Amino acid sequence: MSNARANPFNSIAVHVALLTYTAIALFPVFVILINSFKSRKAIFRDPLALPDGDTFTLIGYQTVMKQGDFFLYFQNSMIVTVATLFFVLLFGAMAAFALAEYRFKGNLLLGLYLALGIMIPIRIGTVAILEMMVASGLVNTLWALILVYTAQGLPLAVFILSEFMRQVSDDLKNAGRIDGLSEYTIFFRLVLPLVRPAMATVAVFNMIPIWNDLWFPLILAPAEETKTLTLGSQVFIGQFVTDWNAVLSALSMAILPVMILYVIFSRQLIRGITSGAVK
Amino acid sequence: MTALKLSNVCKSFGQVEVLKDINLTVGEGEFVVFVGPSGCGKSTLLRVISGLEEASSGEVEISGNLVNDVPPAKRGIAMVFQSYALYPHLTVRDNMALALKQARMPKDKIAERVAEASRMLSMGDYLDRRPSELSGGQRQRVAIGRAVVREPDLFLFDEPLSNLDAALRMNTRLEIARLHRQLGTCMIYVTHDQVEAMTLADKIVVLRDGKVEQVGSPMEIYNNPANRFVAEFIGSPSMNFVPAEQLGGPVGTQIGIRPEYARITKNGRLPGTVVHVEKLGGDTNILIDLSDGLSFTSRQFGQYDIAIGDQIAIDFDDSKCLAFDSEGQRV
Repeated sequence: MSNARANPFNSIAVHVALLTYTAIALFPVFVILINSFKSRKAIFRDPLALPDGDTFTLIGYQTVMKQGDFFLYFQNSMIVTVATLFFVLLFGAMAAFALAEYRFKGNLLLGLYLALGIMIPIRIGTVAILEMMVASGLVNTLWALILVYTAQGLPLAVFILSEFMRQVSDDLKNAGRIDGLSEYTIFFRLVLPLVRPAMATVAVFNMIPIWNDLWFPLILAPAEETKTLTLGSQVFIGQFVTDWNAVLSALSMAILPVMILYVIFSRQLIRGITSGAVK
Repeated sequence: MTALKLSNVCKSFGQVEVLKDINLTVGEGEFVVFVGPSGCGKSTLLRVISGLEEASSGEVEISGNLVNDVPPAKRGIAMVFQSYALYPHLTVRDNMALALKQARMPKDKIAERVAEASRMLSMGDYLDRRPSELSGGQRQRVAIGRAVVREPDLFLFDEPLSNLDAALRMNTRLEIARLHRQLGTCMIYVTHDQVEAMTLADKIVVLRDGKVEQVGSPMEIYNNPANRFVAEFIGSPSMNFVPAEQLGGPVGTQIGIRPEYARITKNGRLPGTVVHVEKLGGDTNILIDLSDGLSFTSRQFGQYDIAIGDQIAIDFDDSKCLAFDSEGQRV
């Protein structure tokens, strides 16, 4: 193993493969970025060229800033995503802890029931959800989206987190109980820090589909003041005419916050705080 | 006063009965070791005493108080776990202080107790480190310190030395024995290692399949085991059993002979062939196949010169033998 690792040829091969993959994965992002800084004609004449003195323009960004309330959309998307992640992680982790930690009748059944949501797409229930939101007066509020996304995210969160919670040492939790810590303290202070990498995984899995979703914002909260970024960007796409400068600029700006959130969570993925707890 | 009294304690997980009618009284200041093969219920019994598991039936009394419905933190116990179970986000000092803080003890009193415990276990140098920066032995010491600061009525140890290497295990064992002498508090210790059981215990409780097989002092258990299971389990290498009729005894009964009482002679009562020799320096274990196919172990003190394949015979003093009936009970 150590020989294979030290072999320079293998190391080069691995890096070539990874770099190729990175290039392929980043290519669309790159094309969006360069074209967002180009004039409309230049985009169509030569989509892959870098912007130069003649073709460089900020017209796309200017359109986005002028037309529609871009920052409000941005803020809405951010509120919905962050609030949903908070609730998914909080309730998901608590449910997972209960399922993993306590013996009670129907534990297994409840776990399976919660996991069922992974297999059934929530969009099937769109009509019923809309009726419910209308009845409760939540249509055209951000809460409608937060509630739906929380419901959508919980099954996978519970499933993944309960598996990780089972791996947290029983001795550690018992030591806490003997030292007089409450179950809440044990959960928040001892168990949660140890499953941080799993929480980050769940957060990343949930974040991107929510940020990019068009379906539920369109149905549950299409009002001007509750539009999310994805929905807001749709004004530039028409049936006959599409303002590509604006669309590409909006998309470029939409990438940023997800990237920032991703960086925050991925730092958690690699932080080795678990060592030294047991053994 | 008794430190711990168990009356008719039973515990079952669903259909599986793990503890069956356990009765035990432990006096003040005693060091009691629960020993038995894995799966015998010794750890479960400890957890029932600590309150981490509820007894299905029966009574648990600690220092004269019935504690069946008392949560673990209020039972006046402290526990040391096999995996140390230190809080990873707290320093050594805070690890030890946490339980006292939870009990709302004044700060200066906490500092005093932590200082006293760290002096006792000589870990003053690393009070401000985190568990991840400590070695295995140091971590277990912190875990013991965390128990000591609580000044409990009862210490519970759950195989505390199993994760340590041999040299550290011996040191920590001595340390626990010294701690017991210093504090004079009753300690309950679970292990599957009979050396720990024999060296530490005032009283050994041998468990099998959730039942107490025998309770007694180490030498009592060694010299006077109640049944074949105890005789075989305690002592290393374990006791030899020979059908009594081979030695002119009643049919169906067994004669038990400890390896160290088996002399190697030219013409003893049990002839056989040497099949393996373990030279440990201090003593020598000789594995012998008796003429009727039984294997037999003899332990000779010092470095005993014998070769594999030698034809020898075993002899022993009748006074050193134990007899067991067909059910395995002592006769």
